[in-house]
Amino acid sequence: MTSIDSASVRASLDGIPEVSRRFPDDPHGHLRELRTDPIALLHRVRDECGDLGRFQLADKDVALVSGAELNETFFRAPDDVLDQGEAYPFMTPIFGKGVVFDASSERRKEMLKNQSLRGEQMKGHAATIEREVNRMVAAWGDDGEIDLLDFFAELTIYTTSSCLIGAPFREELDSRFAHHYHDLERGTDALAYVDPYADIDSFRRRDAARQTLVGLVQDIMDRRSARGTVPKEERDLLDVLISLRGDDGEPQFSADEITGMFISMMFAGHHTSSGTAAWALIELMRHPDAMADVVAELDEIYADGAEVSFQALRSIPRLESVIKETLRLHPPLILLLRVAKQDVQFGDHLVPAGAMVGATPRVSNRIADDFPDPDAFDPGRYVDPRQEDLLNRWTWIPFGAGRHRCVGSAFAMMQLKAIFSVLLRDYEFEMSQPSESYRDDCSKMVIQLEQSCRVRYRRRAGR
Amino acid sequence: MRVSADYDLCQGHAMCEVEAPEVFAYDKDTNQVRILDVHPDESRRPEVAAAVKYCPTMALAIED
Repeated sequence: MTSIDSASVRASLDGIPEVSRRFPDDPHGHLRELRTDPIALLHRVRDECGDLGRFQLADKDVALVSGAELNETFFRAPDDVLDQGEAYPFMTPIFGKGVVFDASSERRKEMLKNQSLRGEQMKGHAATIEREVNRMVAAWGDDGEIDLLDFFAELTIYTTSSCLIGAPFREELDSRFAHHYHDLERGTDALAYVDPYADIDSFRRRDAARQTLVGLVQDIMDRRSARGTVPKEERDLLDVLISLRGDDGEPQFSADEITGMFISMMFAGHHTSSGTAAWALIELMRHPDAMADVVAELDEIYADGAEVSFQALRSIPRLESVIKETLRLHPPLILLLRVAKQDVQFGDHLVPAGAMVGATPRVSNRIADDFPDPDAFDPGRYVDPRQEDLLNRWTWIPFGAGRHRCVGSAFAMMQLKAIFSVLLRDYEFEMSQPSESYRDDCSKMVIQLEQSCRVRYRRRAGR
Repeated sequence: MRVSADYDLCQGHAMCEVEAPEVFAYDKDTNQVRILDVHPDESRRPEVAAAVKYCPTMALAIED
């Protein structure tokens, strides 16, 4: 590869139209808009520029693609063409700068899939998730109110830690872990593209939260070593990592490194599942017909005492359609980024090595040619023969697509089916604030529900 | 009925093998799907369609 200088990158990007600027004085191009209203920015790129446009993110240009043809090019590109490695600088301080993995991100994904996300593990995971939902609602009365963000963020800390790391580790956690983890997720301000360690409140809280989590993990490790060894079948991933020794006979990993590994393992599955569960419930409350359909479907499936752990792995068509439609309208990740390692041809344009390239689930999922009446919540889209997800495999992309498609998608669908199987069997829900007041806080790269986001629950008659 | 797999997309989740074991197998060496029967009998259409639908990476297709 030839050396890349920013002037020549800029020159060859000239043929790609740049989207208008809401804040012309922003010294970092479109960064300020990305930090305040990224959804408007991403939609405007397509509206003004078509399938390929660009915006400026600090000292980088981002070529943004949408539509089936260019999305396919984006998602099929191998790592030596479009690389994920340097695309997300806001993650480095969260995982930990010193955390050295022996394996590439692809290899780690592969390992995660082969260890915890294998098909045959799913039944056990479904039972775990059912148990965790039941534990969360055990403190509920016959009626009351919950905050959707707090509830689902805590629940999914327990489910992801138990399923990915192990039940003994999960049993050491309480709501404090979820609370500190949330501060990590809030520490994903796009200002990291200028300086990941800038002196701003959300970065200070991020770094303090990570330190606190390392302390919690260190305490657990101390208790493990005080307890001594346990039979193999009672060990979890933490026991395995503690037991590993380097060539010098000393422990291979510190609490800091182990915490970094756990944070990174849980990250992709946590805010994504938490947010989707919350939005699915909001959409169901907004659409009483869909809610009635799903409740009737679940009542019928579970009428003869079927196990959630069995059923969540099988087809629950109406609930699945509601989840898919929720994911289409509210994809947890709205912008997927890569760095071009070589010049890449996108349609008529050559995107030069050194530029960033992005694809946007938020915009592609709402292309009107592929999804008629794109802003409408319509679970009927997924019913045979419409099957708009399968027909639009390069634009129905809440899980991404291609080589880097989410390896946890099957786990995520199972988890959501298990959560709603339990919640809707025993409880009904209604909004306790105006429908349009449930909205996302998009000021960070990790999008989460804006608080307050409260709903009322009531135990169903006879349950 | 003719079935095909897109090997750029397959991540070896082996869900197809659960749905239609006579048509799809998980190949340990390649960590990808191996198609056992490219032209399955029409009677297998429901299970093949289920495999296509539940493939987590949407790597499978029925080409009529």
